[in-house]
Amino acid sequence: MAIIRLKKGYDLNLKGRIVDPAIGEASTSELYAIVPDDFTGLTPRMDKREGERVRAGEPLFHDKTYDQIKVTSPVSGVVKEVRRGLRRHIDAIVIAPDNQANVVTHDTNGDVRSVLLESGLWAMLRQRPYDIVPSPDVRPRDIVVTGFDSAPLAPDLLLVLGDDKQYINKGVEVLHGLTDGNVYLGFKPGNELEVDGAVVNTFRGPHPAGNAGVQLANVKPVNKGEVVWTLDIVTLARIGRLFSTGQVSHDTIVALTGECVDTPHYVRATMGCQMRSLLGDLDPSDTRIISGNVLSGYRVEADGFLRAPYRHVTVIPEVAKPDEFMGWASLCPSRFSIYRTFTSWLTGKREVSMDARVKGGERAIVRTDEYDDMLPMDIYAEFLIKAIITFDIDKMEQLGVYEIAPEDFALAEYACTSKLELQRIVREGLDRLRNEMC
Amino acid sequence: MKALRKYMDKVKPQFMPGGRLQKLQSVYDGMETFLFTPNTTSQSGAHIHDGNDLKRTMITVVVALLPCLLFGMYNIGYQHYLSIGQADASFWSMFVYGLVAMLPCIVVSYAVGLGIEFIGAQIHHKEIQEGFLVSGILIPLIVPINTPLWMVAVATAFVVIFAKEVFGGTGMNIFNVALVTRAFLFFAYPSHMSGDKAFVKTDTAFGLGDGTVADTFTGATPLGQIATHVGDTLQLNNVVGEPISTCDAFMGLIAGSPGETSMVAILIGAAILLLTGVASWRIMCSVFAGGLAMGALVHAFATPAYAASLLDPLSQLCYGGFAFAAVFMATDPVTGARTHIGQYVYGFLIGVFAILIRVYNGGYPEGAMLAVLLMNAFAPLIDHCVVSFNIKRRLGRVAAK
Repeated sequence: MAIIRLKKGYDLNLKGRIVDPAIGEASTSELYAIVPDDFTGLTPRMDKREGERVRAGEPLFHDKTYDQIKVTSPVSGVVKEVRRGLRRHIDAIVIAPDNQANVVTHDTNGDVRSVLLESGLWAMLRQRPYDIVPSPDVRPRDIVVTGFDSAPLAPDLLLVLGDDKQYINKGVEVLHGLTDGNVYLGFKPGNELEVDGAVVNTFRGPHPAGNAGVQLANVKPVNKGEVVWTLDIVTLARIGRLFSTGQVSHDTIVALTGECVDTPHYVRATMGCQMRSLLGDLDPSDTRIISGNVLSGYRVEADGFLRAPYRHVTVIPEVAKPDEFMGWASLCPSRFSIYRTFTSWLTGKREVSMDARVKGGERAIVRTDEYDDMLPMDIYAEFLIKAIITFDIDKMEQLGVYEIAPEDFALAEYACTSKLELQRIVREGLDRLRNEMC
Repeated sequence: MKALRKYMDKVKPQFMPGGRLQKLQSVYDGMETFLFTPNTTSQSGAHIHDGNDLKRTMITVVVALLPCLLFGMYNIGYQHYLSIGQADASFWSMFVYGLVAMLPCIVVSYAVGLGIEFIGAQIHHKEIQEGFLVSGILIPLIVPINTPLWMVAVATAFVVIFAKEVFGGTGMNIFNVALVTRAFLFFAYPSHMSGDKAFVKTDTAFGLGDGTVADTFTGATPLGQIATHVGDTLQLNNVVGEPISTCDAFMGLIAGSPGETSMVAILIGAAILLLTGVASWRIMCSVFAGGLAMGALVHAFATPAYAASLLDPLSQLCYGGFAFAAVFMATDPVTGARTHIGQYVYGFLIGVFAILIRVYNGGYPEGAMLAVLLMNAFAPLIDHCVVSFNIKRRLGRVAAK
């Protein structure tokens, strides 16, 4: 077991942390939904029509290119609606539950690969390069499992695991059948688990130490032509459970955090449940509900649904201080900045309140170092971003575009003085690159 | 503030397309974002953003320049009263004289520069950017006090258009805007930029400071004196012929461009820049290191043929614009090297070239300006080399398998 120290990055200490790790129960969700956009890289082709019955674990749709990749329903019930947006893009597949434990049981003695594909758990995996759902015909060099989430207010993944902890060893065994390389597990100090057959590393350092890409870059970076799969330990346990019991668990434990949540706490819920069942009747007028963390989560409406990876909800104010007078000149320590141009550093490390304002206009990249200081990888982030913006494929490859995912730039996006939308730039760059290369 | 907000909302329609003052939309938007932090919230990616923006960054540099500006004003008055034989004039009369002597230059610099930026922003329908906030204060600090205002106006206009806007505005320029202004003046109007008449204002400023210039007066800066020096022993004098020491140069009561004379004021500015993290300590320290190294080298081979080599390395740093360039010019993030290793190289070479030009090139008494501009041109090359090491390392990983 190796301890890897990461110096770059930053731990944002936001208000709305969970103090008491007791787990409550979510109220009943009247509807459930799966959002195809959560499964980056897939183009959905529906398997179920509106009005058809579906069992928990039964495929809702498959991918257009690889029809073996399937995304399954978290509950048993009836497909109520296929919500479509612009150009018939499928926004969400809404399911009305029948509250019956009608779960698909898989025969796990067959080919591991096809069992995973059929069970829907394959769609929970990601691959570098491109940070997409892996294609079934590639054998990965290694598999990286993240054992903690370092994002602001993120849940403790070992707690989210719940009773599934016992299936981790089985999961690792299954993964070994899928790669000739290693299965790497990354933990934070003091929270390590001993796992047979996996290479366990401890990552000491601030966010984004918990990101798969960062862990991978500091253990064994991805090179051009190589494929590495990434997943989190919760998915690993789900895989283990599938191969032990034959069924996929769609239960999850969700951390409800953020300063607009009355008492931040954990609740037991089911994937794709309604936000209302988690948060109750929250006043949605000047709050922003995020499924995921504040850096790379999805914004959802109050009547929206919990989105992948189904474990974290953050609620922050939308505009805490409307029309702030000359905010750029502020000497007030409550205007938080990680830089010492503002006075907030004088008050030490305390919990800070952050709203969704961008707090400045978009500019050309002026300040140096900012991105590099937020990205603990051997990558010149600013140069890579410029290569992506200009879409210079040679430069992108040379500077390490295959090693990154949008979430790795989330903290840099937060810190960017020029307010560039780095995650969007990276995502679009990766998508375009994939189109060019395939 | 509510009343102001209401007023801004009331006049807003006039500035929007179709309104009476639509040609001033950029100006209105600029004012609005200046007065009120925009309420726009993030639409993609990260949901929270840091409080820091480019306005804050730029204003921090302006704050760091204030000690230099205030001392510069005082020193203009001090040199003036010294040269008219009234060295016992009060602090305030010196400061006020300097203030009124410098104010027109500041006003002209900002008016011309910001005016052009406003027009440019309106033409391209872009937001007004903050870059000139810093350039506009740097320009008066680095041009000699006796520069005619029309020259400042011409130079500023030329530079904002041809050294900045044509490259794409703030963040895109290759050469430091303020230094190109100085270089433009230096090469276009050399007689006004050096020699005895440039650096000490002897006539009155808006009727203040009346007096006849002392017989012993000579307005040459210390480095100007060195450039014309003959002989083995070097003795520098102030504007009325009294000897000065490196200590005077450190305090700053010597002739020179307004911002550059006082090492103390510059160091206060440097402390602000480094403490807030706005400037790169790597660049700043390596400029001084390069200057010291080169200063020691030329001093080791001191020869009367190049009088500046008679100065010891520490004095080299105190005289002329070296320190000012190291702290405020070399650290410009837009035109400097962007990689950490590159910053060491970039800074060190600026220090080396500044002293090299100063000592061995008789045509230029001071080399800091040219050294920074030269290295501005080389900064992308330095970065390219550093980044190519990273690329090689990445390719090496594949080869090593």
